[in-house]
Amino acid sequence: MASTFQKQPSLYSSFRVQCRVLGALLVREMLTRYGRHNIGFLWLFVEPMIFTLGVTALWTATKSVHGSDLPIVAFALTGYSSVLLWRNMPGRCIGALWSNLSLMYHRNIKVLDIYLARLILEFGGATISFATLSLLFISIGWLEPPQDIMKVVAGWLVIAWFGSALAIALGALSHESELVDKLWHPASYLIFPLSGSAFMVDALPKAAQDIVLYIPMVHGVEMVREGYFGNRAHAHYDLGYVIPFSLVLSFVALMIVRWVAARVVPE
Amino acid sequence: MIRLTDVRKVYHTRFGSNLVLDGVGFELHMGERLGVLGRNGAGKSTMVRLISGAERPTSGRIERTMSVSWPLAFGGAFQYMLTGVDNVRFISRVYDQDFHRNLAFVEDFSELGAYLREPVRTYSSGMRARLAFAISMIIEFDCFLIDEVGAVGDERFHARCNHELFGKRGDRAMVIISHDAAYIRDNCNRFAVLHGGKLVLYDDFEIAYADFKELIGWKPPPGWPNVEVPTA
Repeated sequence: MASTFQKQPSLYSSFRVQCRVLGALLVREMLTRYGRHNIGFLWLFVEPMIFTLGVTALWTATKSVHGSDLPIVAFALTGYSSVLLWRNMPGRCIGALWSNLSLMYHRNIKVLDIYLARLILEFGGATISFATLSLLFISIGWLEPPQDIMKVVAGWLVIAWFGSALAIALGALSHESELVDKLWHPASYLIFPLSGSAFMVDALPKAAQDIVLYIPMVHGVEMVREGYFGNRAHAHYDLGYVIPFSLVLSFVALMIVRWVAARVVPE
Repeated sequence: MIRLTDVRKVYHTRFGSNLVLDGVGFELHMGERLGVLGRNGAGKSTMVRLISGAERPTSGRIERTMSVSWPLAFGGAFQYMLTGVDNVRFISRVYDQDFHRNLAFVEDFSELGAYLREPVRTYSSGMRARLAFAISMIIEFDCFLIDEVGAVGDERFHARCNHELFGKRGDRAMVIISHDAAYIRDNCNRFAVLHGGKLVLYDDFEIAYADFKELIGWKPPPGWPNVEVPTA
């Protein structure tokens, strides 16, 4: 058995090290990604905002069919913001270890920290973008304030949890196989139309509903929409499915990270 | 103390598995400076990475009761998009050190001036080495791992490095890898030769060096060491 022996620090001091390392990684990530030029780290949420605004404009212009009487602006905002959340998290974590291999020389920094730092950034960016656009649309009257804001938050967190677990699993796997990177791009595009962002589950035939509800992020998006529109959304979701799913996926993701961390070779 | 017990490291490559370290073991205490000789690809840097904890052995134990540095003068630990100052800030935060005190030291030692505020990718290799070494010195480790510190930089830089390492930090433990045998002879008090996955330890440099030369098949030219340089 390979083992590396060291004194066991207390839980509290480990927690402090963890916070410090994540903080340092966050700043580092922000600086390398956005630099100090023009608006700097504001790009963190300006970029997803531009995305969401563009899609909202497109869907409004083409009067996209979404199978409900919900206003198209609100529909696009809730839908596309959710896509950004679950799609960008794996996108940022895939290959993250390769570009940060040299950090493995600092024993306080673990493989998981690299993924966590990127996930926190991605979650922050998508959340600020969603919140800012919501406030903007509400203030100019394009959007009613959400009926149940806690449900919006809960749905959002469900998507984020699933997205993070998926991101860590794919990110760690991508260190062992380039296939993950190659396949994720087509996969994310193919899942997008199925992810519940561009339709309401209620508008689908019963047979299609049953299939679509196997896709975890659909539940989160439906929840966000129920929070926003209340009963008008006729949301279909089952926390009894999506929470165990995310829990198992998180567990698998951590196992993969552990496996990869034992094999990692710094440059 | 650092103790390696029967450490093995296998890399899986396209042409099968490659046994790089085959049962390496030694103990290193404070004040001991172990110089490791070995030809290119012998596994010296792999051994250093294992001691640093950046990588794990395939089997065997590595025990550390003292803090161990990353491989010194190693530029890879930096983010090239960031400035020198950003890198100092990052390391200071990760190791919970006072940033301003560290920055003052790095400014003084690296002599990079205004370049410290430019991205590291604009630096020459000598400038990178100066920054890397300076940053390595801001954390007070018990054991320093030194992988070819003399490869880049000018005389002044080498002299200053030697003063920081062997003058100010002569009481620490060190593992030093170099292809410059004289550097190892002058600065180490224990010696080792790594060859074919095995590490053989010596107390005497001359014996270690003689064995090493024999292992790598170095034959002295006739009349050595008084050889006439052939002229064209």
